[in-house]
Amino acid sequence: MSIPVVTSAVEAAVAACDLEVAYDDGRVGLTQVNFALAPGQVLGVIGPNGSGKSTLLKATAGLLRVSSGTLLVFGREPADLAPGSVAYVPQIEAVDWHFPATVRDIVSMGRFPKIGRLRRFSARDRALVDQALEAVELLNLADRTIGLLSGGQQQRAFLARALAQEPAIYLLDEPTTGVDAATEENLLHLVRTLAGNGKPVMMSTHDLERARDWFDRLLVLDTHQVLEGTTSDVLATHPGLAHSHAHGHPKP
Amino acid sequence: MRLIDALIAPFAYDFMVRAFIAALTVGLLCSVVGCYVVVRKLSFIGDGIAHASFAGIVVAYLRHMDYYVGAAIMAVATALGIGFVVRRGNVSLDTAIGVLFTGAFALGVFLMSQLKNYAVDLQDYLFGNILGVSQLDLTLTVALAAVVAVALIVLWRDLLYTSFDPVVAQTSGIPTAMIDYILLVLLALTIIVSLESVGIILVAALLVTPAAAAAQITRRLPTMMVVSAGIGTFCAVGGLYLSYYVNAASGATIVLLATFCFFAALGAGARMRRAA
Repeated sequence: MSIPVVTSAVEAAVAACDLEVAYDDGRVGLTQVNFALAPGQVLGVIGPNGSGKSTLLKATAGLLRVSSGTLLVFGREPADLAPGSVAYVPQIEAVDWHFPATVRDIVSMGRFPKIGRLRRFSARDRALVDQALEAVELLNLADRTIGLLSGGQQQRAFLARALAQEPAIYLLDEPTTGVDAATEENLLHLVRTLAGNGKPVMMSTHDLERARDWFDRLLVLDTHQVLEGTTSDVLATHPGLAHSHAHGHPKP
Repeated sequence: MRLIDALIAPFAYDFMVRAFIAALTVGLLCSVVGCYVVVRKLSFIGDGIAHASFAGIVVAYLRHMDYYVGAAIMAVATALGIGFVVRRGNVSLDTAIGVLFTGAFALGVFLMSQLKNYAVDLQDYLFGNILGVSQLDLTLTVALAAVVAVALIVLWRDLLYTSFDPVVAQTSGIPTAMIDYILLVLLALTIIVSLESVGIILVAALLVTPAAAAAQITRRLPTMMVVSAGIGTFCAVGGLYLSYYVNAASGATIVLLATFCFFAALGAGARMRRAA
């Protein structure tokens, strides 16, 4: 590997080089991935179901093992980052929403990495939770039981938890799947605001109809890297992409 | 007899004083730990640990050791074994419990049936004999309960986050695998503490029923725990009084009272939701 690549890997928010990710049972979920994401950029990760979108996000969050190649987040391996540096926002089906908690309880969990086991919530911690709730337009529902939320509200509660965490990078796993139009507008606005503030965002999606509004760059996966580049370039190279993925079925 | 006399009368006997302290401790502990059992759907695991610990009790009896030692070894080993099976995922959890832990229970019954002088007090562990709690038992019960309580407080945020969203908890720096094992060990200790009072067959009910009742009428885990603790202690102490006056098995009376509370909470919860 030449020296300039290494330099850019340190400057990049996320840099993957010949990345291969394997699951615990040894199966390879993703291979031959090469990209660099700068701070303040939004990367759209696209591809059919089972193409490795979630796998890439989970590896970046340090949840899956890099089996070969490198994956660096701010120049470090994901597992070596300080707790809470990465905000991973899973699909809403990942948890049981009958859990006895209010929206504010869930968003407050975003502060746990910073305050640790026994320290009490400071005024600043509480303010950050309120700001996060405000940003996703859930402040009026803060004391509602999470079991009573709609899908879009659940997704926004998850994003608010990530915001309260004050992470260095956001990883969003199909946040627009199954949400209402108003939530989608709210999410789009938030993601662009985060990028405007210099935060890198990686987001998997099926929905490419408004790819130019959402993403600075696109990464097309099919268990290996098919294509990577600016949104305009990728869409120009593959004009059929937007159409073929726009009607993909969301994961069950 | 006036009510106050009726409430005080049982305390004339030392063994009843010990029984009430044991009931209070066990009722409190089971109902609080039980909240995690209910929200994480571990009730079958609790039942499995309780049954498996019986083999440990019988072996301890054969070797003239304290029953706590045998029960603790078997219960903790079972809890960790369950955690391992869950993590590896080769055998489904309900299958593993159905096969292994009922098997361990059967081993306990088998060994007991081989004893020359048939040991009546071993049967106490099946159905509980809260009136037979010795001073040593009581000291151990309270000490173990204190250990579990301290762990629950110190690990509150870890347990809460891991219970709701284990994946994101892990990305937040919480050692979720360790926390899962610790919770199972705490569950095992809770069960051991409760065996003498309510018995192997009924301990799972004391773990689940007060927490399930509390879940019907609360919306957050902390309040669920407080309400569950209230129901659990009320049922344990109230059940002991009832059993004293109607001369019935104490463990069964406690569990029946808790079952009654559950149905009352079910009705109250439905009314609360209609009103909301």
